[in-house]
Amino acid sequence: MNAFATEMSAEPASVAEAVPREELLRVDNVSLSFGGVKAITDISFDILKGEIRAIIGPNGAGKTSMLNVINGFYHPQQGTITWQGKERRKMKPYEAASQGIARTFQNVALFKGMTTLDNIMSGRSLKMHRNFFWQLIWRGPAEREEIEHRKKVEEIIDFLEIQAIRKTPVGRLPYGLQKRVELGRALAMEPDLLLLDEPMAGMNLEEKEDMSRFIIDVNQEFGTTIALIEHDMGVVMDLSDRVVVLDYGKKIADGPPEDVQANQNVIDAYLGVSH
Amino acid sequence: MFYREAGQFKTSYKADQALMPILQDRVGLLVILAIAFVVIPVFANDFFLTSIMIPFLVFSLAAIGLNVLTGFCGQLSLGTGAFMGVGAYAAYKLTTIFPDANVIVMVLLSGVFSAAIGAIFGLPSLRIKGLYLAVTTLAAQFFLEWCFIRIGWLYNYNASGAIEIPHREAFGLVVSGAEATPIVRYFIVLCITAGIAFLMANVLRGRIGRSWMMIRDMDIAAELMGIRPLQTKLLAFAVSSYICGVAGAMMVFFWLNAAEPSSYSIALSFQILFMVILGGLGSLGGAFMGAAFIWILPVFLKFIPGTIGIDVAAETVEHVTFMIVGALIIFFLIVEPHGFARLWQIAKQKLRVWPFPY
Repeated sequence: MNAFATEMSAEPASVAEAVPREELLRVDNVSLSFGGVKAITDISFDILKGEIRAIIGPNGAGKTSMLNVINGFYHPQQGTITWQGKERRKMKPYEAASQGIARTFQNVALFKGMTTLDNIMSGRSLKMHRNFFWQLIWRGPAEREEIEHRKKVEEIIDFLEIQAIRKTPVGRLPYGLQKRVELGRALAMEPDLLLLDEPMAGMNLEEKEDMSRFIIDVNQEFGTTIALIEHDMGVVMDLSDRVVVLDYGKKIADGPPEDVQANQNVIDAYLGVSH
Repeated sequence: MFYREAGQFKTSYKADQALMPILQDRVGLLVILAIAFVVIPVFANDFFLTSIMIPFLVFSLAAIGLNVLTGFCGQLSLGTGAFMGVGAYAAYKLTTIFPDANVIVMVLLSGVFSAAIGAIFGLPSLRIKGLYLAVTTLAAQFFLEWCFIRIGWLYNYNASGAIEIPHREAFGLVVSGAEATPIVRYFIVLCITAGIAFLMANVLRGRIGRSWMMIRDMDIAAELMGIRPLQTKLLAFAVSSYICGVAGAMMVFFWLNAAEPSSYSIALSFQILFMVILGGLGSLGGAFMGAAFIWILPVFLKFIPGTIGIDVAAETVEHVTFMIVGALIIFFLIVEPHGFARLWQIAKQKLRVWPFPY
């Protein structure tokens, strides 16, 4: 029993040492300002393939702005972003999606008028190609394509255990389930990098436990790299491999959870000191 | 009890995502189609066909067109009347330039012209939304109406300034012009409307329909999921304007016989918009229900005083009809802001559990 436990805990570390993880995304000296307001100042960090990377910080620290920079919604005035080894040019948000970046939102941003099934199917939009005229006819290619993608979507529905609400309009679902559907929608895109903006916000303990389990499963079963913003420190410290801490748009710490926890700057930022 | 799906199991995704997965719905649709294609042609008189059924179907098609844009893609438009006008004038020009061509093909082709114009006036939709977009489509309405009046080439420099539909034959029948019989016109309008409605039902349940609804419900999330906002919105404008254009062409070819620019004025835009809102935004069935309410109800109301033997002046009947319809619109919007389509859904739910309350 004891030996088994040590073996289990030792294994991931040895794997990590044996194969240095490849860099998926790298942010170098990025600064972003809106008029006179500096949202992000000179931040650099990287996200390695297959890890869970947390971005934390007090309110207004620039965490969501950072995610928006990563998926191309904001364009930083300075700095470069390297995606899968190539420096990324300025681009439109929909291009980020086709490069394999998916995200969920802090305030649930589901398509309210559509059912759970349609919401998750919408995540497959980029992978469906039948044009307008096939869609008009429906019978044949368009229908076959729809069924093929429906199978993938049903796998996600099974994985998230939301079979019962498949045909329910999402506007009628409770908040916790909406968050889960949103995760499903992002998963349907089969992303390389999944950005989660406060996946546990407003959830009770049980829902948080469920969501944590889904995040770990996504990471381990599908091998998806995850960057998440979260305020629940217990969750962050348990889930993430590495943590980057922002405060007032600056990076104040970066490293494994236990190092970050012990960092004096981080303690000051969260508890507050007289500046 | 009457509408219970119990026992209807789906064993394939194909069956599950059919347009009407429930047997009762399929039977209902067949009954409606049987009435439209068999019962009405056999029993209806010319007045019923010309004054009720043909305009009802034309307006239903226009409402479907606007519903694609406003109900499914969330882009408010007040230019429907003008886009219908483009279809009408394009079909008129086409049939006078090519007198030997099949006029039904010309009507279907005319929608292409209004689709192009609709897409051009849809360009601002990338930058502006909601009521502001409605104002730019209002510009389309006034500009195109001005074109219909000022550009003589469009109405072949006719002295009256109106377009008069020439005599045309197709499949050995007179299909347009004053000699065309109501029954022929009715069948043409019915086939085109039902056909386009079916094709749109296909588009709306697939990838493209979903991309429109994504833009409608949360445009930022849609964009971050790889939907290109400009292409998607312009496609919605083009498809919507195509349908409206065909409806506009049918309106003059198979119903009115002649049209002047004022036939396609802002009043028509509003009439179609009310049909869509009252019927239910984002519902094809709602478009038919809205058109029925706005067009058929006043016609019936006008006949009530005569049939029960009250002698009232025609103008009074007209005014009272306006008041009653107006009051009913307000009443229905208070009862169910999501329109008849939602009322029908609620009714189905009640039928399902009847005689129990839930």
